[in-house]
Amino acid sequence: MSGFLSLLKRDLTLAVREGAALGTALGFYLVVVAMLPLGLGPDLKLLSRIAPGILWIALLLAALLSLPRLLEADHEDGSLEVMATAPLPLELAVAAKALAHWISTGIPLALAAPVLGLMLNLDIALAPALIATMLAGTPAISFLGSIGAALTLKARRGGLLIALLVLPLYIPTLIFGISALGFAGLGQDGFAASFLILSAISVASVAAAPIAAAAALRLQMS
Amino acid sequence: MDLGPHAAFIWASYAAFAVVIGLLIGWTLFDGRRQANALADAERRGLKRRSAEAANDRRRA
Amino acid sequence: MQSLTQRLANPTRFMELSRTVLPWVAAGAALFIATAMYLVFFVAPPDYQQGETVKIMYIHVPSAWLAMMGYSIVAISSFGLLVFRHPLADVSAKAAAPIGAAFTLAALITGSLWGKPMWGTYWVWDARLTSMLILFFLYLGLIALRSSLEDESLAGKLTAVLALVGVAILPVIKFSVDWWNTLHQPSTGFTSTVDPSMRTPLLIAAVGFTLLFVALHLKAMQTEIVRRRVKTMRLAQVERDERLFSAGAE
Repeated sequence: MSGFLSLLKRDLTLAVREGAALGTALGFYLVVVAMLPLGLGPDLKLLSRIAPGILWIALLLAALLSLPRLLEADHEDGSLEVMATAPLPLELAVAAKALAHWISTGIPLALAAPVLGLMLNLDIALAPALIATMLAGTPAISFLGSIGAALTLKARRGGLLIALLVLPLYIPTLIFGISALGFAGLGQDGFAASFLILSAISVASVAAAPIAAAAALRLQMS
Repeated sequence: MDLGPHAAFIWASYAAFAVVIGLLIGWTLFDGRRQANALADAERRGLKRRSAEAANDRRRA
Repeated sequence: MQSLTQRLANPTRFMELSRTVLPWVAAGAALFIATAMYLVFFVAPPDYQQGETVKIMYIHVPSAWLAMMGYSIVAISSFGLLVFRHPLADVSAKAAAPIGAAFTLAALITGSLWGKPMWGTYWVWDARLTSMLILFFLYLGLIALRSSLEDESLAGKLTAVLALVGVAILPVIKFSVDWWNTLHQPSTGFTSTVDPSMRTPLLIAAVGFTLLFVALHLKAMQTEIVRRRVKTMRLAQVERDERLFSAGAE
């Protein structure tokens, strides 16, 4: 347990020290959300209707940007090899790194969403639901993303390839995240069902993704 | 043959299908032939080098 | 008593067996497809609701079925590679992916062209077409990942991991797309009951195209085995040249 926590702490410390990574992700999120009205026209009613979708998709893209960095640095300086042979199982090591990614990138992006939603005339009443659904959905994004990062570690064009591999995996999270917001907006009971399924997907990702990611990593270290 | 008011769509789908599957079959056969040629070529050269190497060894011995 | 997969584990044995079997499979495919096409265009009646456009069904439904069968073959082969280290598993997975992707593309195009007269637009985000589109993305991911890695053995194993992840997530994706579809669209009335006069040609077409898939898969596997053999021979030749060079330089 202590190995897991120390790895988590180490990754979080690194993330804090390299504040630029989070800054880039937030900056990208801001730019994409700002560009969409420029592309769609300033019709506030339209923007308000599609704001949840825009905020979710832009968040997915911003998270994708930060994924390669999940494993790159450790791969380059040989730390991954050390982790593979350390007493802490590689699955837990990957889980610690994915958890650190969620804390250092996923949560900030989720918290930024309602602020950016102002640019899209998002109904302020939706803000709590927005934060709740994004906090529930972003663990899936970090953990499923770790699978993509592990598979593309040695691949050419890794950044683009990650997007192609991982975006289909994000589809269930996206659909239930948006569905929950849709029900929240209408004040219907459907919110609970969507939110529960969204959370279940995240829990399943947290449990299963490290197994696949560790398997992929082990295949590349011999 | 009267295929009704939407005949164009029917012909278009069958044509598109034929093109996609035709390209698939064509590529499979083409790639097969290409690799068979490469094998024949490699076997020819492989045999030649083996005999040249054997001749070399004989010369040096 | 060896199982079929055990007997086929030897590439040479596979080549012998497939060379015998392939012509029959191909001939069977041609026969069934030709019969189906004859029945479709000269015997099968128009649909009560859709008229003649139902004829598109006879190529769309088999394509969709083969899109899914193709991914199953990739998934089973991937399992065979990672768990049983079957020597031909990677060859099978690599050969099946492009074929499956092609039938997925055919399903998407025929589905779109079927949709225009039925629903009025070329693309409809109904659950079935959307799921097929996502399946196409999964195929593209497999092919892209394999082609981005130089080490072929590693590429095969990582692609296998991706295929198994895809298989695990596919039911979740299907469920979420169905959910999304019921939220946004009333049922499109896709009649799933097929009239008996149409069922026979559809079945014959399905069998024919499945045999075609199998024939293409066998042929592609043969080609891949040859390609790897050539590569090994060329590598051995390079090593031999290097040895001769260093021996001569002494």
